[in-house]
Amino acid sequence: MQINPKKCVACGNCTYVCPMGAIYIDPVLKRATIDRDECVECYTCFNGLSQEHLNPTLVRTVRKMFAAMRIRFEPEPDVCPTAAFEPDELTWPRVVRRAFSDPRVPHESTGVEGRGTEEVKTNDVTGRVGPGDVGFTIELGRPGVGARFRDIQEMSRALAAAGVAFEKKNPITSLMSDVATGTIREDILDEKVLSAIVEIKVPVARAEEIIRLVWEVEKRIDTVVSIGAGVRCDAHGDDTVVAPILERLGYDLARAKTNIGLGRRGAPAEEPALVVSGFSRT
Amino acid sequence: MTNTLHRFGSAASFDDDFIVFAMACKGPFKQENALEGLRRFLQIAIEYGPVNLGDARHGGAIRPSRQMNPFAHWSRDNRPDFQAVVDGLTDVTTCAAVFDDRDKAEQFVKRIKEENLGLSVNVSTSIAGAEDCCAYAGIPRHSVGYSLGFEGKTEKMPNAQVMMLSTMCGHGMISHSLAKKMIDFVKENRRTPEQCAATLTRFCSCGVFNPSRATRILEDARTKVS
Repeated sequence: MQINPKKCVACGNCTYVCPMGAIYIDPVLKRATIDRDECVECYTCFNGLSQEHLNPTLVRTVRKMFAAMRIRFEPEPDVCPTAAFEPDELTWPRVVRRAFSDPRVPHESTGVEGRGTEEVKTNDVTGRVGPGDVGFTIELGRPGVGARFRDIQEMSRALAAAGVAFEKKNPITSLMSDVATGTIREDILDEKVLSAIVEIKVPVARAEEIIRLVWEVEKRIDTVVSIGAGVRCDAHGDDTVVAPILERLGYDLARAKTNIGLGRRGAPAEEPALVVSGFSRT
Repeated sequence: MTNTLHRFGSAASFDDDFIVFAMACKGPFKQENALEGLRRFLQIAIEYGPVNLGDARHGGAIRPSRQMNPFAHWSRDNRPDFQAVVDGLTDVTTCAAVFDDRDKAEQFVKRIKEENLGLSVNVSTSIAGAEDCCAYAGIPRHSVGYSLGFEGKTEKMPNAQVMMLSTMCGHGMISHSLAKKMIDFVKENRRTPEQCAATLTRFCSCGVFNPSRATRILEDARTKVS
């Protein structure tokens, strides 16, 4: 993302809307400026701010007059008065930032907007997580902190060393240069994203071991982690197996998403090849 | 992704937060006529009085404007446009309806079951709230995705009121800074909670943000510090 300095009037509205806090008013340039290393190309500034198309010179003049008289200028907080944000052409490896940060850009591997797969949301059709399984979604960077692929790799390598299999359709899996070791391709390790999800499935008997492993990795990485645990309910709609394990580990189970089992299977078709955002794995 | 799952708050704080979303499986078993089913899902939702409605490609019922009239600063339209969401659905994607009332959510879920759309339908709320929806509709839960909350470097996260607002967009499009700014606006009486909730809603790119819950949180934040 770029900010056109000819249009920007340094109103500062955008500094608040950036989820990464990567936008600031440069005191010398007197223009909004993006810290390119912190920007995750989520396009929140471009997509979320309403746009006016006012004359920049006029707006700057009015703002200077108001500032000289110490009058507070109070426009709507979610408006860019001069439509100064301009998307730029993203190239590799920076383009992976947008693929993991802008939810309106679907990953070609999953066809799903966002950063993960359908996981238990379509479990009534796919049967991805069966009785006796736990499907874990381990999301790094959420909420509002962001994560580098180097930290994501720390998690994926630890899980691989424990012998777990990664969800094949997950975008992170398809960016691994070596899935067996959880190694992510070298050229993206310093790229930062809003968040990314590592997905695995293990037998219930390994649930506690995996959670303790994640806790250990959390101590070594510089971001936040949110874990989701997906389970298949029994014929009565109950889960009497996994919830007790999670509660024993100290989790206060307050919220969940519940698949209510209304999905119907269509006719089987051939699965598409695994590709992420048009880039090959090598 | 898990965009509705990890909302910050106690189970009681989700008493006015029910997201019902529908999606068609993308894999080898993808459903036919999924687009029509999703459109029907959204149309039915309107009958039950949602507080937001959205699809993952085009956003929710309160959206930003690409050509905002400068005079709108004095008369901003903060009303949700539900029909625009239905009319704007062009692709098979995830569609969501947000309710701030348990009865409405339960009745909607029961109706969706009766409509037999063939889509996968999920209810994202407190565990007990979803169980009630299933019981009312007479269906057992198929699968559950538990939120285990946030851990790791939690010192990087803001206070509870900011978290309750910003995590209502699981995609992370609502920054902690903007949520804090809206709380400050309400504290200073520069904007009403409803106006600030609408501002936040515009940043949610898939329509799962709950402006009614946000209004309540902002009103609470006027006098209480978390």
